[in-house]
Amino acid sequence: MEALVSPAWWAVAIVGVATIAIKGAGPVLLGGKPLPPRIGRIIGLLAPALLAALVAISTFGTDRALVLDERALGVGAAAVAVALKAPPLLVVIVAAVVTAGARTLF
Amino acid sequence: MDEPGGSYSFAHGARKVAPFSIAVFGFGMSFGVLARPTMGSVAPIVMSVTTFAGSAQFAAASILSSGGTLAAAVVAAILLNARYGPIGVSVAPSLTGPWWSRFLRAQLVVDETWALSADGRGGHDPKVIVGAGVVLYAAWVGGTAAGVSFGDLFGDPARLGLDAAFPALFLALLVPNLDRSQARVAALLGAGIALALTPIAPAGVPIVVAGLACLMGWKRS
Repeated sequence: MEALVSPAWWAVAIVGVATIAIKGAGPVLLGGKPLPPRIGRIIGLLAPALLAALVAISTFGTDRALVLDERALGVGAAAVAVALKAPPLLVVIVAAVVTAGARTLF
Repeated sequence: MDEPGGSYSFAHGARKVAPFSIAVFGFGMSFGVLARPTMGSVAPIVMSVTTFAGSAQFAAASILSSGGTLAAAVVAAILLNARYGPIGVSVAPSLTGPWWSRFLRAQLVVDETWALSADGRGGHDPKVIVGAGVVLYAAWVGGTAAGVSFGDLFGDPARLGLDAAFPALFLALLVPNLDRSQARVAALLGAGIALALTPIAPAGVPIVVAGLACLMGWKRS
């Protein structure tokens, strides 16, 4: 039985259907209508909260642990580039080059 | 061609996302390389076509490849994508038209297109979502296919510092959102919650709980 559909294909199917439903729910159910002011204020703070969390996790997170590694140097350099109003492509290049450079040196 | 609602905004979105799409292509390649030994060469590409959410796909593939159960892989991936529930609510007022069109365009909403399409007044430009989304989608699926096909030739993407590209990109997307003091507090709170929960909670949970920092908007700033 289990040979018919491998776990990998089950994962593809279940995760795919769930993600498509999660992404589509808000726009399908609420599309085109303004949100109530209070909900609007709450949702307006979702971007800073989620983006800051993504920065923190992708800089310091590994599998269930926090680490301080070469990524932090790269992201620190990227922060300087952002503060100097560098375009996003340059910000990415700075982060990657500094991180790769630090990995080579240490 | 510059009038509002013209094709200008599609091109504008495509151009804005270009630097991100280079990193996303590389990230897609590393997903293809990671997934192929356990998932085969077709399933990872189908996953990129249908799921189009990098971190969730990485979590599912790495749990399966380290011998984890199907349930663990699926739950982690769905938790990582749970943020697209409230993100979908935030773009909903900007997406008009028939339900199927809103549904299809909603599939192009990922972290990068969501942040890039923000108009600074709480709304999102639907044409930027589509223009940026199509380019990013092509980069993600194309990168996955390249990684599955000949990723072995390129070696470990971490060597190229690609893993630091993502926090850097998210940082570039975050900074324009920090124009109000309440937003800065929400950002600090979100980052703090995410870091505090990372060692103790399964992948995906820290990001969902960090999103709750937005509830401070209940009170007027």
